[in-house]
Amino acid sequence: MRKLKNFLIGLGLVILLTITLMLWIKLPWQGAAALVVLFALWMALTRRGRQAASVTMVGISTLRQRLGSSSVIVIGIAGVVGVLVALLAMGEGYSETLRKTGSADTAIVMRGASASEVMSVLERDNVVIIPQARGIVHDAQGKPVASAELVVAANLPVKGGGPDDVGSVQLRGVGDQAWAVRPGIKIVAGRKFTSGMRELLVGQGAQRQFAGLNVGSEVKLGNQSWTVVGVFASGDALDSELWADSNVVADIYRRGGSRASVTVRLANPQAFDAFKAELEADPRLKVDVSTTYDYFSKQSEGTSKMIEGIGITVGLIMAIGAIFGALNCMFAAVAARAREIATLRAIGFRGGPVVVAIMLETMLLALLGGLLGGALAWLIFNGYTASTLAAGSVGKLSFEFSVTPALLWSGLKWALAIGFIGGLFPAVRAARLPVTTALREL
Amino acid sequence: MKYLHLIWAALFRRKTRTILTLISILTAFLLFGMLDAVRTSFDQAGKSANGAERLQTGSKLSFIQTLPQSLELPISRVPGVKAVSYANWFGGAYQDPHNQIFSFAVSPNYIDQFPEIDVSADQRKAYDNTRTGALVGEQLAQKYHWKVGDKLPLQSTIFPTHDGTKNWQFDIVGILHPKDKSAGGMFNQLILLHWKYFDDSTPYNRGAVGWYVTRVTDVNQADRVAKAIDAISANSDHETRTQTEQAATANWIKQLADIGLIVGSIMGAVFFTLMLLSGNTMMMAVRERTSELAVLKTIGFSSQSVLCMVLAESVLMLLIGGVLGLALATVLLPLVGGASGGALNLPPVNANSWMLGIGLMVVIGLLVGALPAVRAMRLNIVDALAGR
Repeated sequence: MRKLKNFLIGLGLVILLTITLMLWIKLPWQGAAALVVLFALWMALTRRGRQAASVTMVGISTLRQRLGSSSVIVIGIAGVVGVLVALLAMGEGYSETLRKTGSADTAIVMRGASASEVMSVLERDNVVIIPQARGIVHDAQGKPVASAELVVAANLPVKGGGPDDVGSVQLRGVGDQAWAVRPGIKIVAGRKFTSGMRELLVGQGAQRQFAGLNVGSEVKLGNQSWTVVGVFASGDALDSELWADSNVVADIYRRGGSRASVTVRLANPQAFDAFKAELEADPRLKVDVSTTYDYFSKQSEGTSKMIEGIGITVGLIMAIGAIFGALNCMFAAVAARAREIATLRAIGFRGGPVVVAIMLETMLLALLGGLLGGALAWLIFNGYTASTLAAGSVGKLSFEFSVTPALLWSGLKWALAIGFIGGLFPAVRAARLPVTTALREL
Repeated sequence: MKYLHLIWAALFRRKTRTILTLISILTAFLLFGMLDAVRTSFDQAGKSANGAERLQTGSKLSFIQTLPQSLELPISRVPGVKAVSYANWFGGAYQDPHNQIFSFAVSPNYIDQFPEIDVSADQRKAYDNTRTGALVGEQLAQKYHWKVGDKLPLQSTIFPTHDGTKNWQFDIVGILHPKDKSAGGMFNQLILLHWKYFDDSTPYNRGAVGWYVTRVTDVNQADRVAKAIDAISANSDHETRTQTEQAATANWIKQLADIGLIVGSIMGAVFFTLMLLSGNTMMMAVRERTSELAVLKTIGFSSQSVLCMVLAESVLMLLIGGVLGLALATVLLPLVGGASGGALNLPPVNANSWMLGIGLMVVIGLLVGALPAVRAMRLNIVDALAGR
């Protein structure tokens, strides 16, 4: 009978836990703040709440004597949160870099069913027709702001590697309008290339990754020698590219009059639907039209989902380890304080405040751990540069880890969830311990 | 060894605590097993004995640049070359242009260069005799429920056919079975098509080849052969770069990500936490047994044997949890790979991971046991018995 009762209580706890965790995952920070306020009011205003507050104070004041085991909880949870936040920050940084490259008021036109720019080929006549569509902004000279571009790959020696260590970089052939389509790009050193010359503008990210891309130096791309004349900064995926005159690139890579894509600046985001409909209805064209925002978001989707999946799997496994670590420490703490808790209950404290006090103590430690882990992840990894071969591109994409407030908040939520589970079972045990047995125990 | 029952009894003196600690250790080594498997699979990629015999020749300019098919003959004449084959990137996608599938248009003998890939004799014959034939990887076929005899509609993201659309139709004539899962994993996800049919059907290829795969007669001559192959087209407009399969794969992985660094830092965080946690458990265990240890010493156990017993206890704890964790990883990895439908190609935990794991267990066990063990050794019998 007793066993059955214990089992039912355990089962009830697990169900309660599952429901709480599910609600907790969905909770925005406002909800959490409201919970904290409600809880504080309960503690301040009701009799039970004041009891709970005083038991908690006793628990917290004895923390110092249990420094070793309390620090296990803090550091264990800091480890989980740190690793989780760092991995998610990697995915976030990657997709943010690609997302920033696009915007809602520029559109990219590629040949139909091409997964990415490098796979697309637009013949000369298409390149002429596309800028005539309505919805495109015209510049002061009355020319449509549309940039036909060519994308090829080139091998370059990697910085800090051996002579055989080459990496792939994306070389983009552009015309004058490329700057008008992307006003965010700034030349940070040197000058723009002169049209018709074998001159290169290199992105900051590319310069960081590959050797010999300094202003004035010569590099060999596509069997030809090029002069680096400038460095540009865009703060997005274009940073990892090399830019040159599209006619020169087309010549050297034998592309004739064809281009890979046409990027246009639209009058406003609402103009996109009409622009897309017009091009798709044109019988002379067989093209796919998307806003650059959609295009780049889609490119990052697979990889960032994968990184997120890895991060959450690793985080979950580590969290399970940390939960058992926390359970261990809190069971030990409850056992050490069994007499004290029994005394409290003997003089009239109810079970509820005892449960609340122990849970609060654990969650406080968990909160500390979460803050520590988040702070470590932020200090070490925010802005840390990494690079990978991006989907849909043919060059190494350099990106920065981005530890956002949203990620830190979800790290804290994980920490508190671990603390909640780790504290619940020891708390219930403490509250259910028969007073007489506990008092007799030495 | 004769003290084993004593150590065992000490370890399970407090069942809850030991079991909770064991689960923490178990999860740490579960994670270790999984991550180390991923790391070694990246490390070992291309390092097989068959891979050492193969050279890859691509354009020196970049990996998207093609080479003329006419290089086949001069390469085959290089002394030390056993066989030459070639392939081109087809850029196939199934159902949705974003659902890209590795698909190569290859020369008839391409599959012969990969003896670790099994294709049954009659399927191979059917492939040779069907212009539109396609060989598909085992896992890929499972994922999309393809059977031999099915029509396979593929969209090329790069190459249109003569009618201007990019819709291609192939016939599945056989399945690629990699014999060695860790070395041939790539073939599980691959579709092989006929280069000849591909070249005839698209106006855009015109005899171009993406890369050559060459087998050499003597592995030790591989470097010389590679140089000789590159010498053929030196100073032409299609200069080549020839590497062993191993070097080429290593270069790709390096460009993809620094796997070692990521795995290393995660494991660092995990093991640091683990040491703290199991160290805390051992401290508690020894502290509450102070009087028992004093009794042991009183009845004649030397200080050294008390030291060894505490150390053995902590090593044993790590070993039980760790071995269970690694075993769980060994069981789980293929399951996870299977559940993902081949999207994740996870290799099984290999012997090296086991050795490294067990080494780590012993080292961590000794480290976390050291402080409590020394304390137990220095125990003053009189003080301990008096509870001072």
